[in-house]
Amino acid sequence: MEQVKLNRLNQIAAQIRLGIIEGVHAAKSGHPGGSLSIAEIITYLYFEEMNVDPKNPRWEDRDRFVLSKGHTAPALYAALAEKGFFSRDELKKLRQVDSFLQGHPDMNGIPGVDMSTGSLGLGFSAACGMALAAKVSEKDYRVYTIIGDGESQEGQIWEAAMFAAHYKLDNLCAIFDWNGLQIDGPVAEIMNPTPYDKKLEAFGFHVISIDGHDFDQIAVAFEEAKSIKGKPVAIIAKTIKGKGVSFMENQVGWHGSAPNDEQYEIAVAEIKATM
Amino acid sequence: MADRIATRDAYGNALAEFGDIYDFVVLDADLAAATKTATFKKKFPHRFFDCGIAEGNMMSVAAGIATTGKTVFASSFAMFAAGRAFEQVRNSIGYPHLNVKIGATHAGITVGEDGATHQCIEDLALMRSIPGMTIINPADAVEARAAVLAAIQHNGPVYLRFGRMAVPVIFDHADYHFELGKGAQLTEGTDVTIVATGIMVEMALEAAKVLANEGISARVINIHTIKPIDKEILITAAKETGAMVTAEEHSILGGLGSVVSEVVCENCPVPVLRVGVEDKFGHSGKVPPLLEMYGLTVSNIVSKAKCALKLKKA
Repeated sequence: MEQVKLNRLNQIAAQIRLGIIEGVHAAKSGHPGGSLSIAEIITYLYFEEMNVDPKNPRWEDRDRFVLSKGHTAPALYAALAEKGFFSRDELKKLRQVDSFLQGHPDMNGIPGVDMSTGSLGLGFSAACGMALAAKVSEKDYRVYTIIGDGESQEGQIWEAAMFAAHYKLDNLCAIFDWNGLQIDGPVAEIMNPTPYDKKLEAFGFHVISIDGHDFDQIAVAFEEAKSIKGKPVAIIAKTIKGKGVSFMENQVGWHGSAPNDEQYEIAVAEIKATM
Repeated sequence: MADRIATRDAYGNALAEFGDIYDFVVLDADLAAATKTATFKKKFPHRFFDCGIAEGNMMSVAAGIATTGKTVFASSFAMFAAGRAFEQVRNSIGYPHLNVKIGATHAGITVGEDGATHQCIEDLALMRSIPGMTIINPADAVEARAAVLAAIQHNGPVYLRFGRMAVPVIFDHADYHFELGKGAQLTEGTDVTIVATGIMVEMALEAAKVLANEGISARVINIHTIKPIDKEILITAAKETGAMVTAEEHSILGGLGSVVSEVVCENCPVPVLRVGVEDKFGHSGKVPPLLEMYGLTVSNIVSKAKCALKLKKA
C-alpha cells in the first residue's frame, strides 16, 4: 500500500480510537476492548471498501454493514461520525437519554446503521438475509459483517454459516474478530470455538486469515474476497483486544468497563501520540 | 367453499393468490408441507427459501431481507416461531419494526396427537409483549385469507396464528368485512358478552344459542386482531351487558382473556371470566376429547356465562 494512503488510514483509525475512548469515558460504561480491536477493519470498510453515502444513508444500492458483535458499537459510531453520517460531538453523548446513540446499534435512530444488533448471533443471520435479498433483487451490493470470537459460541452463528454457504452468498463477507478474550476470560478457556478456519471451511466458506491491524493484509483480503464466486468468504482477523491503549491491551477487564478520568487522559495521550 | 378448511390451508392458498399481486418472499424451516407455504413454493419457487430446521436463524434472516425493503413471510409451527425464536422475533424483527409477517401454524392444543411439546398455548402472550407487534388470530378460512392480505398491506411486523385442524367456514357470506384492529359483533345481546377468538368463535355462537334457549341474551364478539385490541367494542359491551366471558384456544394467562380483563378493568370494571387452557401443558390425543379435557367447549362457555351473570347480579 502507498505510504500516503497508509498514513491516511492510520490517522482515521486513530480518530476512531479517540472516538471510542471519548464515548465510553463520557458514558462511564460501554465496551472499549472489542471496539479498539476492530478499529483498522472498520476504518478500511468505511473509508476504502464499502460503497456508502453519508448524505443518503438509506440509498438502496449501498453496501451493507452489520455489526453482529453489537456491543462494540462505539467503534461503529466513531466510524460513522468520521465518515460524516452525524456530528462527531454526538459521540460524547453515547448511551445518554438525550442521544440517539444507543448502547447497541439501532437502525431506526442512528444514520448509517443498517441493522439493529446487540444480542449476539443475530446480526450474522441478518447479514445473510441482506445478501440473499441482493441476489433475489439482482443487485450487486455487498454485505459485510463483523462477528466476535466469543460470539461464535452462539449456535446461531453456525446456523447462519450453513445458510450462507447453502445459498452461495458470495456477496457476503464475514469478518471474525479473533481478539481471544471474552467477559469471563480467554475465549479458549471459556468455550473454545477454534479452529475457526477449518470449521468455516467445512461449512463451505472461502477462508482468509490475516492480522486484523495490518492495513496491507486487510486490503489484500478484501480484494481476494471480491474475487470469490459461488461461496461466502470469512476473513479471520487476529487482533489484540484493547489495541492502541497500552493498559487495555489483552486485558479481560477492559471488555466492558470505562476508563476513569486519569486513565482517560493516558489513553487519549497514547492515541494522539500516534497521530 | 368447502364446509371445513384448516386456516393453515387458507394461509398457503392466500400466499399463492396474493403472490401474483405483491412482491414478497417466503421462508420456512423445513415445515413447508405442514405450514402450507409449499403451496406458494410450487407457484413461486424463486421467491421461496427453506432455512432448514433453524428457526432462530430464519427470523433474523427474514429481518435482514426486510431491511432492504422487501416484505417477508416466515413460517414455522407456533411453538417454534413464537417460542424457540422469541428472542430473534423480539430483537431482529420487533425492535427495528421490520416488515416481517410471521405465519405461525399448528397453534393451540388442536395440534392433537403430537402432544404438549408441539401444542403452543402461550404464543399470544409472548407476541403481545413485543411493542409494535400486530397479532391476528383468524377464526376460519375466509378470515385467514383476509388476515394475510391485511398483513401484506400493513407496514410493520405481524404475527398470524393458524391452526392445523380443519374448522368450519363461518364467514363465507357476502357482507363479511375484515378490518385490522376491529372486533366484530356477531350477535345482538344484552345480558352477557362472549368475546371469542380463533376456533372458539364458532363455539361462542353455539353457546349463545344454548343461552338463548334458557332466556339469556348473549352478545358474541369476534376478536381476530389480538393486538392492537379494539377497546371500543369491548368497553361498549362491558357497559351494555355488564358481564363478559372470553374464549380462546390459548392459555388463560396472557392471551385474549388477559387483554379483555385489562381493557375492562381499566375502563368499565365488570366480571370477566375466562375460557381457555388453565395453567397446564397440553396432552396427546384426538382433538374432540382434548377439547373436552381442557374445557374448550360450548358447555364450558355456557357455564362460565352463567357464572358471570351471577357475579354481575351479586
